[in-house]
Amino acid sequence: MSDLLYGEIENDLRASVREVLADKAPWTSVLAGTEKDEPYDAPLWRAVAAQLGCAGLPVPEELGGAGATWRETAVVMEELGRSAAPVPFLGSAVIATAALLAAGERELLPRLAAGERIAVLAVPFGTAPYDVPVTVEDAGGALTGEVAGVADGMAADVLLVPAGDGLYAVDATDARRTAVTSLDMTRRLADLAFSAAPARRVAEGAGAVRAALRTGAAMLASEQLGLAERCLDDTVAYVKTRYQFGRPIGSYQGLKHRLADLWASITQARAVARHAASCVAAGDEDTPIAVAVAQAHCSAVALKAAEECVQMHGGIGFTWEHPAHLFLKRAKADSIALGTPDRHRAALAALVDLPPA
Amino acid sequence: MSTAPPDADELSRRVGEFLAAHDPAETAPQEFLRARFDAGLAWVHYPEGLGGLGAPRHLQPAVDRRFAEAGASTNHPERNGIGLGMAAPTILAFGTEEQKRRFLRPLWTGEELWCQLFSEPGAGSDLAALATRAVRDGDAWTVNGQKVWTSMAHEARWAILVTRTDPDVPKHRGMTYFVCDMTAPGVEVRPLRQMTGEAEFNEVFLTDVRIPDEHRLGAVGQGWQVSTTTLMNERVAIGGGAVPRESGMIGVVAALWRDRPELRTPGLHDALLRAWVETEAARLTGARLRQQLTAGQPGPEGSGAKLAFARLNQEVSGLELELLGEEGLRYDDWTMRRPTEVDFTRRSPGYRYLRAKGNSIEGGTSEILRNIIAERVLGLPGEIRVDKDVAWKDLPR
Repeated sequence: MSDLLYGEIENDLRASVREVLADKAPWTSVLAGTEKDEPYDAPLWRAVAAQLGCAGLPVPEELGGAGATWRETAVVMEELGRSAAPVPFLGSAVIATAALLAAGERELLPRLAAGERIAVLAVPFGTAPYDVPVTVEDAGGALTGEVAGVADGMAADVLLVPAGDGLYAVDATDARRTAVTSLDMTRRLADLAFSAAPARRVAEGAGAVRAALRTGAAMLASEQLGLAERCLDDTVAYVKTRYQFGRPIGSYQGLKHRLADLWASITQARAVARHAASCVAAGDEDTPIAVAVAQAHCSAVALKAAEECVQMHGGIGFTWEHPAHLFLKRAKADSIALGTPDRHRAALAALVDLPPA
Repeated sequence: MSTAPPDADELSRRVGEFLAAHDPAETAPQEFLRARFDAGLAWVHYPEGLGGLGAPRHLQPAVDRRFAEAGASTNHPERNGIGLGMAAPTILAFGTEEQKRRFLRPLWTGEELWCQLFSEPGAGSDLAALATRAVRDGDAWTVNGQKVWTSMAHEARWAILVTRTDPDVPKHRGMTYFVCDMTAPGVEVRPLRQMTGEAEFNEVFLTDVRIPDEHRLGAVGQGWQVSTTTLMNERVAIGGGAVPRESGMIGVVAALWRDRPELRTPGLHDALLRAWVETEAARLTGARLRQQLTAGQPGPEGSGAKLAFARLNQEVSGLELELLGEEGLRYDDWTMRRPTEVDFTRRSPGYRYLRAKGNSIEGGTSEILRNIIAERVLGLPGEIRVDKDVAWKDLPR
């Protein structure tokens, strides 16, 4: 059984990340950012990725990383989830980094680890780790084709594009990029088009892409955990202070029982997300099952937490001026990202030998 | 002789010495258990002389494992859950030295089984509303009343009993706690048949039962505090070792799904996968809880674990019946029987479905557990109490 607790180093890391986020990403500035054209919060990204060194946590020291593991990265994801932070961490520091690690790439990886460059995998954000669509053709190192709905596509300096039978690095300025008006305003999508774009081959086959998406799905579970905890914390604080009919609404059993159930679900999400993170960190053979369970479970918990947060805040929870909607939009988008719960359950059916009817 | 409490290595050494001196294959089970108690290797966190060595509690599982591996006799904990899990810690916390010496050894060895005379027809979740009266009469007390849902009363030698001794004060203040001799005149145990057809529980009628004052546990009027200790121990009791994947009900249904392709439908497939994921989440949560305990950082996850278990067991046992379809309409046996432990897996699917309905009621209803989580973990305000300052005798009932 993997270690499901947090170590001292992880607790220290969490405290540092939380401090930076409290300073640079209070919800008011996250909300203000959603009305701007910038595709992400660049100063926040520099602080988390470069200054704190979070982008290079799972990268070996000889490639410019911190030589830690995906377990520490998962803790960063929890904290980013608590803030719905508008930074391309999942895309660049997790998925693209995992792809390059799997490919054994040595040129771009150190620059991603240092937080100097942002790379994203050019697949639709809803892609599950099980069946990766290839919609771009490779003609002698020049790529042609389209990919719709790529997360943080506008933030990227480099696009990692599955094409033909391999994975290619393309300079983002060589692609035609169209910003998408996205449900999740804190992690926006872009549509990409390539027309004989010059490309460098970084991996053969689809193995690196599948490993990257699997790692991404494991780390997303920790983001969902952090988001769910934030929603519960905010809601509990609110129902203690909001009085109706002469008593705090948190004294009504109708709300108390729902919050107790939510708390219990979140304790489960924590165990499940920690197990998935430990499995990808150790390359454990249980990884495919752990990841499918984590996504099937944590997607639902985060969404439930965000929905309860809106509902229990009443009228104020429905307004633009309250952060609840930022979490709801992130939670719903996350539940579709990297495979819906249904898609992961279907994968699980094969993994644990429970075949369909 | 006062020395530092033993650590893991020291305990391991002592277990080794004990096993060398008492070959499990050669020693009579009862003698072996008594000797293990006397060596302080029964429950290592108990004090010396009372079955323990004052060691940290989390060292116990390793000791149990060593004994199990050596093929040592067990004290059949599945038959004496109330004695081991609830009566013993309460006696340890509130008993006199004499009471501890009298009761703990035969309790631990399994020579004396225990039951719990707590719930009443009018006092279940609201335990402090109980009406069983105990009246002082010289060196003894006279007890009259009716208890219900008493597991194992038909096997028990002793009971932990909570009574009303002062009806003129608010309900939490007028209670007193006793150890009750189940063989005393006036104790009548009647089977209480449940929806499964069997009688795992009992009603217990107490008519002019005499309890000597030396069997009182804690001070007169202190019964609520003593009961709270018992109930807290009921909820922290968690299983020992790691549970394998697909344990319990989900394993039963998964095996059925694999073995009987003709029963499969798309809707049940989705329901099964959802339950599989939730069961796995519950299993990992239990594993995390055990890791926290071992690391000496007990968390409040235990109450959430019971909630999840009750819901899942009910859901998945219902799924099993649906999957069986026509076969699910047949039951194995409605004959009344008196089991000595709950045997979930060896009975029919219909039994499992019906028995699981008790999981969200026994040992604290799911509603009470949610109140506990909301108030003690999340810090939400308590329920409005209309009975707080009212004498028990003036409460509506």
